[in-house]
Amino acid sequence: MNDISQGLLAALRLIVTFDAELWEISLRSLQVSLTAVIIASAVAMPFGAFLAVQRFKYRRLIISIMNALMGLPPVVVGLIFYILLSRSGPFGVFGLLFTPWAMIIVQIVIITPIIASISHQAMRELWAEYHDLLISLNTSKWQRIKTLIWDGRRNLLTAGLAGFGRAIGEVGAIMIVGGNIEHATRVLTTAIALETGKGDFALALGLGFVLIGLALFVNISIHWLSRTERERRW
Amino acid sequence: MIRTLISATFLCAASMTQADTLKLAVTTSFENSGLADVLLPAIEADLGIDLQLLVVGTGQALRLGAGGDVDAILVHSRASEEVFVADGFGTHRSEIMYNDFVLIGPKSDKAQIGATSGAAESLQRIADAQATYVSRGDDSGTHKAELKVWQIAEREPATFGSWYNAVGAGMGTALNTASALNAYILSDRASWLNFKNKGDLALLFSGDPVLFNQYAYLPVNPAKHPTVQYEMAMQLEEWLLSDKSAASINNYRINGETLFVFNGQQ
Repeated sequence: MNDISQGLLAALRLIVTFDAELWEISLRSLQVSLTAVIIASAVAMPFGAFLAVQRFKYRRLIISIMNALMGLPPVVVGLIFYILLSRSGPFGVFGLLFTPWAMIIVQIVIITPIIASISHQAMRELWAEYHDLLISLNTSKWQRIKTLIWDGRRNLLTAGLAGFGRAIGEVGAIMIVGGNIEHATRVLTTAIALETGKGDFALALGLGFVLIGLALFVNISIHWLSRTERERRW
Repeated sequence: MIRTLISATFLCAASMTQADTLKLAVTTSFENSGLADVLLPAIEADLGIDLQLLVVGTGQALRLGAGGDVDAILVHSRASEEVFVADGFGTHRSEIMYNDFVLIGPKSDKAQIGATSGAAESLQRIADAQATYVSRGDDSGTHKAELKVWQIAEREPATFGSWYNAVGAGMGTALNTASALNAYILSDRASWLNFKNKGDLALLFSGDPVLFNQYAYLPVNPAKHPTVQYEMAMQLEEWLLSDKSAASINNYRINGETLFVFNGQQ
């Protein structure tokens, strides 16, 4: 218990003193995970809507694979991308290993199935409701997808935030492809792993509280920006 | 708004990739010692290069070097280093400094390892007492050094019972485990002195020459991997062997204790 209170104190101290390193790694955490969420959402959300609207042969198979991939083990994704991005691997020429881009790529791979699955679930319910209307208006496939995405935007926000939550708290994959390099690829989660390794539990826990705070801050500010959870909306 | 958000994110992301950096794989024991925090700023000031450290075990460091993913490595496992050079992955191996391994254990020292004639005898006593022991078990330089001492002690870790815990983790994690189990463990001196979760553990045995730990610097061979920054790696080697580096290494102390001894061939 004592360790936890010391952790809270360490978190407070880091925040109050505007610790330069803390700012740097927190901002990098945000940069990496937000970039990953935006790119993954751009692919996964229309894909989820498409799966709801379109009927085709392997649709059910694709949906079950997508759902299964939600449980993709990050450390395996990390290892696979480490081998792919290594200088001696097939994508070695790009020199991406141990850069923030490598971390963004693995996070995209990890969260795309999550965002796509939750989006598909939301779009499917909406589609059941809109089906007759949109068919009778003789809309094109693309118009239907657009309508579903726009009218289901609040649910899609939840999908995006679920992806963000998974991305910002992830450590296994980015440790392998990022390398936890100071001033280059160190983010909050890898810094926590490092401080735990040094036996400095107070600082590790302090960083942990900062990470939780950051996730809360992002969630609340996105809800505020999109004006959900307010009176007389919905 | 979404469009500005997207372009802002991309701008941020684009600014994160930089050129002219030297990637050096170092062992956890080197990083945990805190010496890196002294050497890095001096290197960056003198050579003007952005030195990025990848902190991994010796086994992984050698893999990174062999794959061309780092420009040079600084590790401590002579036999594997010589294989690395012989296979053509490194151009050469130059010794920089050494420190030593120490035996850590519960203050009560129930296996009585403190008063022995050598490290091998200490390990024998641990094995005979079946006292809880934590091994790195991760193919790192420290792990290899431990196995060497077991060999001298004529004990075979593969035959050990449940008192022998191979955690397969870095030095810090292994020390945390030992602290929680109140177990014996072999650690490098620097990591131990810098470790903040000592609990009931204490340094019980040190000083046997078999525990000396030589660090060497190996630039990755540009003939194998044309993308490596060989010139910069050579500049760094020159710096590491300079008088300034020797002074920084020899003068680095924690709690008044010298950690590393410079022994590079200038």
